[in-house]
Amino acid sequence: MLVYASKRILIGIVTLLAASIVVFSILEVVPGDPARLMLGMNATDDAVRTLQEQMGLNQPLLERYFRWLGGLLTGDFGRSFTYSVPVISLIAERIAVSLPLALISLALSTAIAIPVGVFSASRRGSIADTASMGVAQIGVAIPNFWFALLLVYVFAVVLRLVPAGGFPGWNAGVWLGLKSLILPSIALALPQAAILARVTRSALLDVLGEDYIRTARAKGLTRRRVLYDHALRNAFIPVLTILGLQFAFLLAGTIIIENVFYLPGLGRLVFQAITQRDLIVVEGVVMLLVATVIVVNLLVDLSYAIVDPRLRSRS
Amino acid sequence: MLNIWKSALMGGAIALLSSTACFAAKTDLVLGIVLEPPHLDPTAGAAAAIDEIVYANIFEGLTRIGPKGEVLPALAESWTLSDDGKIFTFKLHKDVKFHDGTSFDAEDVKFSLDRARGEKSTNAQKGLFATIDTVDVVDPTTVKITLKQPNGDFLYNMGWGDAVIVAAESAETNKEKPIGTGPFKFDSWAKGSQIAISRNPGYWGTPAVLDTATFRVIPDPAAATAALMAGDVQAFPVFPSYETIAQFQADPRFKVVIGTTEGETVLGMNNKKPPFDNLKVRQAIAHAIDRKALVDGAMFGLGTPIGSFFPPHHPAYLDLTSETAYDPELAKKLLAEAGQAAGFKTTLKLPPPVYARRGGEIIAAELREIGIEAEIVPLEWAQWLEQVFKGKDFDMTIVSHTEPNDLNIFARDDYYFNYDNPAFKDLVKQIEATSDAEKRTELYQQAQKILAADVPAAFLFQLPKTGVWDAKIEGLWENGPIQANDLTAVRWAE
Repeated sequence: MLVYASKRILIGIVTLLAASIVVFSILEVVPGDPARLMLGMNATDDAVRTLQEQMGLNQPLLERYFRWLGGLLTGDFGRSFTYSVPVISLIAERIAVSLPLALISLALSTAIAIPVGVFSASRRGSIADTASMGVAQIGVAIPNFWFALLLVYVFAVVLRLVPAGGFPGWNAGVWLGLKSLILPSIALALPQAAILARVTRSALLDVLGEDYIRTARAKGLTRRRVLYDHALRNAFIPVLTILGLQFAFLLAGTIIIENVFYLPGLGRLVFQAITQRDLIVVEGVVMLLVATVIVVNLLVDLSYAIVDPRLRSRS
Repeated sequence: MLNIWKSALMGGAIALLSSTACFAAKTDLVLGIVLEPPHLDPTAGAAAAIDEIVYANIFEGLTRIGPKGEVLPALAESWTLSDDGKIFTFKLHKDVKFHDGTSFDAEDVKFSLDRARGEKSTNAQKGLFATIDTVDVVDPTTVKITLKQPNGDFLYNMGWGDAVIVAAESAETNKEKPIGTGPFKFDSWAKGSQIAISRNPGYWGTPAVLDTATFRVIPDPAAATAALMAGDVQAFPVFPSYETIAQFQADPRFKVVIGTTEGETVLGMNNKKPPFDNLKVRQAIAHAIDRKALVDGAMFGLGTPIGSFFPPHHPAYLDLTSETAYDPELAKKLLAEAGQAAGFKTTLKLPPPVYARRGGEIIAAELREIGIEAEIVPLEWAQWLEQVFKGKDFDMTIVSHTEPNDLNIFARDDYYFNYDNPAFKDLVKQIEATSDAEKRTELYQQAQKILAADVPAAFLFQLPKTGVWDAKIEGLWENGPIQANDLTAVRWAE
């Protein structure tokens, strides 16, 4: 187990380093000068040059890369070009919205998907199975921004139960903060739940077709016990994989939902930073996301080993 | 039974209390803005979003621009101009304090203006200060500004957001924590979400009515509509969704105010690049565009067609739209005369705003009618600035020039149009040196005629200011003579 884990961690570190080179060089070749963009169409050339110097954009490429990398290692992500505040504090503010949102959505989608998937699989071919998989199919097909607008219309504009969007900040009270995350997390969770339910169902059906399930039934166990004790645990591996991917998506890929609900999350930070050529913020956020994906995958890999003892001994 | 009565009474009392509370006018306001400012220092960035929050609310200059585009006194209560037109002497208000308690005097004016025009300046409108020769402190309430040559625009220029007065103590931190002299002071900024300001109790002039105002960042047009409908924001001074304006017009809870701005939207052409170096080709293109159809199609009917580079609300405006009226037959004829009877292939580079992207598609279709195949190239702002604006690597582009009083861009050397007309340059110099209003009007009209005849760009329409707000709000500006949300007179009707 220890060897398995340390091997995974090493791979993670190498991936991070490779990512830093890719991220830095891609942003170097992106056209557009951040200083010119900030000062706009009427700016004089010497004002633009002065700003470039202030931003440190006139230093050699390699020097900038190593200084940036060195900063990352010591937790210093640099200062935002546009906001002129430390990148780390910008990211921290946004994570305070994005992380709770991702966790609530993930919890919500898991809470819906796994029971539905298990239920469907255990009653394969029944009307209930067909109906719930039909609903899941619709859930996969509906674009989440459209679903979000529908939610806003019904619950904010007509019923006025929740705000149409925005985030008051956790200082305004936990309940107010949570309230503003209700609609976005539902909008995010349902399409994810639909996918997850289908995966759970098919994974479980695969397992239920295995020989050892027949053996278990043949030795006289009830359907219930076979399902919960023998099948479910083995069906969890593909489910965990999907969950890991979904978490990474929910943390950073929610830009559209963040726009519909004008939430100050990570997705919008990165989008805004790209259009404003606030490269240092883009670099910081992307590196953080790469790290998150690596850590989540690591956890998923390790949890495989917990679910499936064979993986432990094999490595 | 008793309990029921008790709770009914209680309920009644609560209802009564809350309804009396409703009679007192509200003193807070939540406004929607589309773009979040990068920072809050108007003297160090071009983003209109900065001025939309701080101008007239937090920061003030010597003069200010009023709702009709007029120059009004601000921190300077009065001024005199020497006979040779070169020396302005400003008399400043007494007992003015910055929000951090430090006092305002002539030294602050000198500091601000010297900083803006200095070598290390990152002022986005550094050109505004180019005519200043020296700034001298006469006494704490008197400043003498000597110009290199007479400048008829000087008082107007000092009213820009880029020319506001800042204190030496706080200048470096204004980006994060703006300290000005205005009727509102900065409270807080939740990045990506909202910026809050509140009334400055120690304000030197007429105090603001509102206690607090919050600017909430809502970039998505559909979200903006929902936020207004749900009452989350009560005013959207520059509402981004033209397609839902009609919905608000039909709703008595809202007031829809369509005003004008300083944004002349043009189809810019590269005047040095063939075939656009040929006047007849440029004229042909201008005649091929149906401005009415363009405004209807790209702007949902909002926006005024223009025939030259001048805002229709200005007293010196001339309606020259007939000079380049929609006439595809004439356009084809002009193309033939230019030796381009078969038409040609070209590109149309478009920045992100809706007016450009939608307008570009309509114009490309109209140009196809006269044989010009314009390939549409969508660009981000950063790319547009680099390729089109700075690199002049373009054939045609669409952009709105939103700075006030910017006729002189056609007189600039090395500006992206590559338009070079010595007669026009002389005229602009003359305008700048003229203070007499009547004479200026005459010169302005001459300049408009030259541009309409020369077609350095095809002039399309004036960008509208589409304001939507709660019907009970009073005092928000109808027009946008500068990009600002002056909240000093805003209040809730009782």
